[in-house]
Amino acid sequence: MHSVKLVPCELTTEPIVTGSSVLGVQCADGVVLACDTLASYGSLARFQRVTRFHQPAAGVVIAGGGEYSDLQQLFRITDNVYRQEFCHEDGWELTPRALHQYLSRLLYARRSRLDPLYNTVAVAGKGRFLGMVDMYGTAIETNLVATGIGTLLALPLLRKRWHEGLTMDDGLACLEDCLRVLYYRDCRALRTIQVAKVSDSGETFISEPYDLGNLQWKVAHAVTEKLMI
Amino acid sequence: MRPQEDQTRFTESSWMSSNLGPSAQQALISHQRSWSPYVDNGGTVLALAGRDYAVVAADTRFSVGFSVPSRNLTKIVRLTDQAVLASAGMGADRQYLHKILRSRLEVYKYQHQKQMSLSAIAQLLSNTLYSRRFFPIYAFNVLGGIDDNTGEGFVFGYDAIGSFEKVKVVCSGSGQTLVQPVLDQQLAGRQKYDLPDDQRMASLSLDEAIELTRDVFNSAAERDILTGDAVEIYAVTGSGVRYERHSLRQD
Amino acid sequence: MFRSQYDTDVTTFSPQGRLLQVEYAMEAVKQGSAVVGVRSSTHVVLATLKRSFSDLAWHQRKIVSIDEHIGVAISGIAADARVLTKRMRDECLQHRFVYGSAMPVSRLVNVIADLCQKCTQRVSRRPYGVGMLIAGVDETGPRLFQTCPSGEAYDLIGMALGSRSQSARTYLERHDEEVSSATREELIRHAVAALRETLASTRDLTLTAENCAIGVVGVGSDTRFHLYEYEEVQPLLDACSLESSPLQSASAGGADPPAADPEATDDATMQDAP
Repeated sequence: MHSVKLVPCELTTEPIVTGSSVLGVQCADGVVLACDTLASYGSLARFQRVTRFHQPAAGVVIAGGGEYSDLQQLFRITDNVYRQEFCHEDGWELTPRALHQYLSRLLYARRSRLDPLYNTVAVAGKGRFLGMVDMYGTAIETNLVATGIGTLLALPLLRKRWHEGLTMDDGLACLEDCLRVLYYRDCRALRTIQVAKVSDSGETFISEPYDLGNLQWKVAHAVTEKLMI
Repeated sequence: MRPQEDQTRFTESSWMSSNLGPSAQQALISHQRSWSPYVDNGGTVLALAGRDYAVVAADTRFSVGFSVPSRNLTKIVRLTDQAVLASAGMGADRQYLHKILRSRLEVYKYQHQKQMSLSAIAQLLSNTLYSRRFFPIYAFNVLGGIDDNTGEGFVFGYDAIGSFEKVKVVCSGSGQTLVQPVLDQQLAGRQKYDLPDDQRMASLSLDEAIELTRDVFNSAAERDILTGDAVEIYAVTGSGVRYERHSLRQD
Repeated sequence: MFRSQYDTDVTTFSPQGRLLQVEYAMEAVKQGSAVVGVRSSTHVVLATLKRSFSDLAWHQRKIVSIDEHIGVAISGIAADARVLTKRMRDECLQHRFVYGSAMPVSRLVNVIADLCQKCTQRVSRRPYGVGMLIAGVDETGPRLFQTCPSGEAYDLIGMALGSRSQSARTYLERHDEEVSSATREELIRHAVAALRETLASTRDLTLTAENCAIGVVGVGSDTRFHLYEYEEVQPLLDACSLESSPLQSASAGGADPPAADPEATDDATMQDAP
């Protein structure tokens, strides 16, 4: 038998600074991702203008929720992968699908070490690629992505509104509506959001943070009163 | 950053030994963990065999608790022209298991210049699961296919750590308790003690077997919230593998 | 062979700046039976001559499939090739495991070239005495590479390795324009014709289903590397001999006679043991 030294060590087993839902939709002409810019410290809206998007290369965007420090580490690892790819100098680059698979192997390996990266990540890329990976390493390729509480609140709405031939602009409008719903109901959501678009050909656009707007609080008191009964 | 990348390397030794590194062992000992490396993603898998065919089926729902992040995530992998594997349980473990099995089969093909037989795959799967005896792969497998020599259909049912049994009909996963008794009664004839032994095994035609499979999945989707969306059916016969897919209820 | 005081280990340069042990390893490649690789804009074809070291022995293997989309032809020490091809298979499987996709051919070549190079910089190691023609198809189209014991790798449209391969190279140089625009069938014919050029001796008089193997990979319906051997290769050879007259006459009418490699000898029995 091997002897095991008892050395105190810290692993992420509960998140401290967290991002909430990430939403994504696959459209007829590309892929759109959206999420807010909040990193919460428990119930405190601690960092209100952080980006949860990352573009490691042309035509690929990843966005994540969960522990924010793990997310930054994950972005750094991704950058490293692309840097190594670049250093081969053979003109090859990772496809979005290959990155998605890589991230699933990475997250699976980390959870198997009981040292997880506490994130759910969405990957969007050229060629209309949309996928997500959870902290256990499950790789899912799908036309709609919603993580965290978004799977409960936003995914049903997205499923209802998604149809073949949805344009990126319509898709973005869908996502904004879902983020409004999330802002109404998710205590860890913010009204400042960011979106990313990746067209079929790989043109990538990540917006500056902007205010959701068009929020309607007039009925809020009615909801509260009803709950009081 | 290097350690994480190294962890994705896939080597002979990493298949065979437990994935628990020293840091994980320390973690297990030094803390009571609130985080679990396991999650149940539900789903039902089924395999049944006739005289010259095997049917392997699974639903496509991927659930986490009460939410359904994906309605279309396959649980089935076609390993060879004669063997199909379906796994319920945890999605990430299933994807890992399917990947290493496919790699192992490739290696076998290069070394032996032929496909691995059904019984060899059955043993390989058992060994692979048992190699993680103390950090189990949380997947409940059913393996179906036809025998190399006789062409007879057989299925194998597994537990998470590699115990397995060669049978004619087996169901695993969240709908197991709903489906298995029906299959037992319909196919294996385990309750019909007045029948001679050779008549107790499945005597269904392939089409009837597929029909029955669709029926039991529709039934399971009625009562099991973790089963639904669609059922994928692979029919393995001497002439290859046929695939079909049918909708189930989506609520 | 000559002796030199600078060839006792692989890491010592000669005063001329040469690594003699590495060069000796390169000689081992020339001892193997001939292999030919040609690439068009759509396909890559490998054609090989298989020796049997005795009448009682089966013919050796000269083409190894690595992954669905890659195959290699080897010349030199077959045992070394076995090590390298196993590594190549592992790399391809590893790539599929991590990235879920087929490995780019150039990446695989780089891995092998690096592996070969490592053996030229350690006293304790011996260079791999094997040259390989690596044929594959990826998103950049059909690719053909050569690797050497020295750790160098070349991106090619045509190449021949092994004994008397100079005449095959001469053939390919003459036909390089036709080769690049050739169809699948024409490319196979060119590969076989080039391989025939290496058949000078009395022992390998003709290409037969026993002593010839052909590997094909390309775009479209040929994205899986296919190895034609034994009964499968016969129809290809038949097609070549029927229609080979224009190709044959083109080279037969050429000025320079097929020159044999000075170093390559036909009776190098230590090489290519089956």
